[in-house]
Amino acid sequence: MATTPPELSITRRRARTGERLIVNALFLCAVLSLAVTVGIIAVLLVDTVEFFRDSSLWGFLTGTVWAPGQGAGTDGLYGVWPLINGTLMIGVGSIVVGLPLGLLTAIYLSEYASSRVRGTLKPTLEILAGIPTVVVGFFALQFITPDLLRPIFGEDRVFIFNAAAGSIAVGLMILPIIASISEDAMRAVPSSLREAAFGLGSTKRQVSLRVVVPAALSGISASVILAFSRAVGETMAVTIAAGNSPKMTLNYFESIQTLTASIAQTVNGEVASGTVRYNALFALGITLFLITLVMNLISARIVRRYRQVYS
Amino acid sequence: MSAVTDALAPAALRRGASRSSAKIALDIAFSVVLFVGTIVGVIALATLIWTILDSGWARLWADPAAFLGNYVSRLPARAGIKAALVGSAYLMVLTAVICFPLGVGAAVYLEEFAPRNRVTNFVEANIANLAGVPSVVYGLLGLGIFARFLRLGPSLLAGALTLAVMSLPVIIVAGREAIRAVPDSVRLGAYALGATKWQTVRRQVLPAAMPGTLTGTILALSRAIGETAPLLVIGLPIVIFSLPNDLRDPVSALPLLIFDWTSRPQHAFAEAAAAASIILLALLLAMNAVAIFLRNRYTIRW
Repeated sequence: MATTPPELSITRRRARTGERLIVNALFLCAVLSLAVTVGIIAVLLVDTVEFFRDSSLWGFLTGTVWAPGQGAGTDGLYGVWPLINGTLMIGVGSIVVGLPLGLLTAIYLSEYASSRVRGTLKPTLEILAGIPTVVVGFFALQFITPDLLRPIFGEDRVFIFNAAAGSIAVGLMILPIIASISEDAMRAVPSSLREAAFGLGSTKRQVSLRVVVPAALSGISASVILAFSRAVGETMAVTIAAGNSPKMTLNYFESIQTLTASIAQTVNGEVASGTVRYNALFALGITLFLITLVMNLISARIVRRYRQVYS
Repeated sequence: MSAVTDALAPAALRRGASRSSAKIALDIAFSVVLFVGTIVGVIALATLIWTILDSGWARLWADPAAFLGNYVSRLPARAGIKAALVGSAYLMVLTAVICFPLGVGAAVYLEEFAPRNRVTNFVEANIANLAGVPSVVYGLLGLGIFARFLRLGPSLLAGALTLAVMSLPVIIVAGREAIRAVPDSVRLGAYALGATKWQTVRRQVLPAAMPGTLTGTILALSRAIGETAPLLVIGLPIVIFSLPNDLRDPVSALPLLIFDWTSRPQHAFAEAAAAASIILLALLLAMNAVAIFLRNRYTIRW
């Protein structure tokens, strides 16, 4: 201490104060993300509480009719189930499309493709994930329904707006998610497992299906849950292609409405701020937020667990 | 004993042979199924792009200058994308200006300065969750906080803030990965020459991590620029006949216009929507090309 020249100790102390300021500023940047979460929850809660002042929570959670601005009272009927029904139809339908394709793609890329083929196919499929959802919606409305579904299943059976077109469109969008995360999980399977199976006389198909896929199952399920969560949160493709008629149906050729499409339709219709219908937006928003949050948490937990297994 | 074996062997061998040839057939069939399954995605992508080009090309090339330079119109033949295209460009620049410094700051803090404690873990888990929040929920956040609480209305600033908040988690994740890829020897070398921690980060780590961070930022921005739902929710207008002069002026955006034209019954508007989609896809393709170029040209291999 005594040997340190005073000037040096002063500059060093100055540098430290400056650095502390910078570190604090950087800390604020990181903590801003917490503010965003708090902001989302606060915004959703405030107007949701307002909504349930005018409309019953019980009716929202159990009602099977979503008819804002209609029905007995002046406020309309706000039962969330038709929208949940539509959302689940799109979620399940898009998994039915995206899971087999995504899984086949993942097995092919991880076990079969040469590195050159993988290097071309992977970025090509990732382009699919980057196409704006509004353009995918246009494609569903202009191609999937008129040129694919209607010729196969019949003009009079398939509505112009239908859940099947929405599901196929969203299925194509989640295919790269399933393929990419599942492939990562499959490549994380140690090659010693593959070699042992080959040594016992297994063929490539047997190694893929009986060793690699089971070993990567947690990663695959995480990818499916994440993809389902994306499908639930998808807005524009379903708004454009799946229609805007909230109903309790399981017919994929009918027009339905999802939670997200209901939000989009309400804001597009210029509903006056402060009305019950407007506040209903936020009740739908919080429902959506909670559904996707739970699925993302489950998916993250599964991924964390399978990472621990092999590393 | 040996007679028994002799008697059994040919049959067993035959069975084994037929089983293994069935096995081989199954294996070949399986690899074909895998390949076909993989190709379906590529075919879907090709069909999508072909559909857009096929329905929009004629409309776009009939009079490109008018299409790019006209405002929207009730008449599909006279409608253009000027306000939406310029609006999207303004939104993109402003979004980048807002979220790039914040995202890089957060990434630097989390990788270089954050102590391993509960707060850090919580912040990290929170960022991961934010990345999974649906974009329409970000729209509700923008509507509640920027448009109404801060009284920005459906303006350029409110739109850019909403897109910035949405892109932030993606940029933070990309920035962290780029910073993590810088080897410790670089940091130790700087310390050995007497640099302080911040000097090391600013002059060594950040420049080395910049290509990766920029690539991630451009990809995040290209996602933001294709987003419709958040902008629709905060109420950005579609029918607009002026360009913004001020942060608080209303703007439109290309995806909003495509959505509006897609929802109209007239066939001519569908063609216009496809033509506008071509422009949007070309824009995104250009941004992705820049990102790939940056990654290949400037990434340092350690």
